[in-house]
Amino acid sequence: MYKNILQNIDHIAIWPVISFVIFFVFFIGLLVWVFTADKNFMNEMSQKPLHDGSELNSDTESLMQ
Amino acid sequence: MELEKIHYDNKIVKAFIIATIIFGIVGMTVGLLAAIQLFYPLANFDLQYTTFGRIRPLHTNAVIFAFVGNAMFAGIYYSLQRLLKTRMFNDSLSWIHFWGWQLIILAAAITLPLGLTTSKEYAELEWPIDIAIALIWVVFGINMIGTIIKRREQHMYVAIWFYIATFVTVAVLHIVNSFEMPVTFFKSYSWYAGVQDALVQWWYGHNAVAFFLTTPFLGIMYYFLPKAANRPVYSYRLSIIHFWSLIFIYIWAGPHHLLYTALPEWAQSLGVVFSIMLIAPSWGGMLNGLFTLRGAWDRVREDAVLKFMVVAVTAYGMATLEGPLLSLKNVNAITHYTDWIVAHVHVGGLGWNGFLIFGMIYWLIPRMWNTKLYSSKLANLHFWIGTLGIVFYALPMYIGGVVQSLMWKEFAADGFLKYQNFLETTTQILPMYMLRAVGGTLYLTGVLIMTYNLIKTAASGKFVANEEAEVAPLPKAIHDGGHWHSVLERKPILFTSLALVAILIGGIIEMVPTFLIKSNIPTIASVKPYTPLELHGRDIYIREGV
Ligand code: HEM
Ligand code: HEM
Ligand code: HEM
Repeated sequence: MYKNILQNIDHIAIWPVISFVIFFVFFIGLLVWVFTADKNFMNEMSQKPLHDGSELNSDTESLMQ
Repeated sequence: MELEKIHYDNKIVKAFIIATIIFGIVGMTVGLLAAIQLFYPLANFDLQYTTFGRIRPLHTNAVIFAFVGNAMFAGIYYSLQRLLKTRMFNDSLSWIHFWGWQLIILAAAITLPLGLTTSKEYAELEWPIDIAIALIWVVFGINMIGTIIKRREQHMYVAIWFYIATFVTVAVLHIVNSFEMPVTFFKSYSWYAGVQDALVQWWYGHNAVAFFLTTPFLGIMYYFLPKAANRPVYSYRLSIIHFWSLIFIYIWAGPHHLLYTALPEWAQSLGVVFSIMLIAPSWGGMLNGLFTLRGAWDRVREDAVLKFMVVAVTAYGMATLEGPLLSLKNVNAITHYTDWIVAHVHVGGLGWNGFLIFGMIYWLIPRMWNTKLYSSKLANLHFWIGTLGIVFYALPMYIGGVVQSLMWKEFAADGFLKYQNFLETTTQILPMYMLRAVGGTLYLTGVLIMTYNLIKTAASGKFVANEEAEVAPLPKAIHDGGHWHSVLERKPILFTSLALVAILIGGIIEMVPTFLIKSNIPTIASVKPYTPLELHGRDIYIREGV
């Protein structure tokens, strides 16, 4: 029953258009944000793995002889 | 500011690492056996349980879900705690996750040789195990999201986004692909048939590659590569673009496994276009990884950890350049069904997953045991023997693939196929199969050397089960405002939902029309449901994995 209803969805061709619009808007927004975002914030984020508050890990030089 | 003392849970990481190594050895040994059977049939041992058709899925399940899977959990449990400056949400959940996953692997190791299989590639396990996988996966998800919620860091580092995307997508893929009708405890029939079955299967299969073998390891790369190089990631901006474009595009590319099939033309084309687009984010990610090592190349020459990681990231670049090319219809016409694909798979599996895992483990063990690596000579030996193993695996398969392809399509003067017996191509490439087994032996030998080296390392140190750390509590005041994406990074649930929406759009748009529009599904009037005898034959065929 429900299948018959869905089989006749009108304007199924609009689906790809909608998805394209979603992509497009999202990516433009993303690019705008990425390139206008605060430089300090970016720097701080890129440092995240290096500081975890543990003594064992503060020596990040390799432990190989 | 008042500093809090907390303890990171290393014990769970240790358990997952041990499982990684054990199942790595098992899975690769089975792979080697399969490789040997292809030129030395006596290695089937004349037993139904050890024939190629049954141990091939055993190999793929063992290396993907046991070796790569356990390594992924080890990497996530280690890095998540440190990136969020908190212990895992709940220790019991961690251990339910660990033992549940190992039981699933055990069930797979028993049922697959017995011929209990759904025959859907990378989803062979029967329905009771499918349900167990779903439950354990949810336990993992709750534990991860719970940890994110109780974090002491305002923002989520990019590695965590990759982990979240992995969790969400694998859950969706697994559930949709596993709809099946149980008939007995160990036998079920898929809900899907015909072209729908094919589309769902490869939407799953491709994205299992994307979200099991790729995204979690990109997260691991974004954490462990900067850690090992002691350098911040090259460009955090690039990593954001990398993340969103990768998960948006990946989910659309599944149909490239079904070129020249009954799948509607438009869905095939969509798969091709999106596969080509994938080059951009993939290479963006690879370059971001390699550039992180700028200024540290002198250390790459000495440090086996960095060497493994450099080759891993390079292999990722190679596999993701080759993949889109394989998706072009004219290239796929040559490579499909040939051993070229097997080479592509193992450049990814041995190079990218394997080497990143080795680099990560060599880095982790000395730290978790508070000691130095037992022998960096042996680690370097492992590196070289492993690299040689990849070369000896991949090159013969590329050559074999081209030979197969040319022979299959060669016509004689009378217009008939020149090689009418399939066996002629197989005997022609026997030497290639032998070389591949040499490659596999080298690679496996490297893993055994690593195991020895790591056991010695652990013996020389003392395991730190609960690693102490001093961290600042999260300041409450700055909880709102800021840019929309930074707001997003502070709201894990919202972020998870958005990532879910991103991957669902691709899946729904591709699948709904195939399911619902009659004209998309070519039907033939003479095709009737199977008779009981036919069905029985089909069951036999599935069981033996021919
Ligand atoms: C010693 C190492 C290994 C050996 C000797 C080996 C050998 C093999 C063999 C003989 C096959 C069957 C190929 C065929 O059907 O013609 C195979 C398939 C496969 N292997 Fe491995 N393998 C190894 C390691 C790995 C690793 C580490 C991974 C992944 C992380 C992996 C993933 C796969 C996958 C996904 C397939 C299925 C390929 C397809 O369907 O096209 N293998 N392997
Ligand atoms: C941009 C990235 C990639 C694209 C577009 C891509 C594309 C492809 C294509 C076109 C095929 C062949 C399908 C066929 O003719 O049967 C394939 C097979 C495969 N690829 Fe990739 N690939 C990519 C990256 C990777 C990576 C990084 C890995 C592993 C870590 C990987 C693992 C596999 C596996 C396991 C198969 C075999 C599937 C089967 O069982 O038939 N791919 N890929
Ligand atoms: C007594 C011997 C055999 C019996 C009773 C048998 C029976 C069957 C049956 C009932 C099916 C399902 C047919 C259908 O899908 O409508 C089937 C499919 C098939 N059989 Fe056999 N078969 C036998 C031998 C073989 C052999 C020797 C080969 C190959 C060397 C083979 C290859 C296949 C293949 C490729 C399919 C298609 C499977 C699929 O598309 O799902 N069969 N067989």
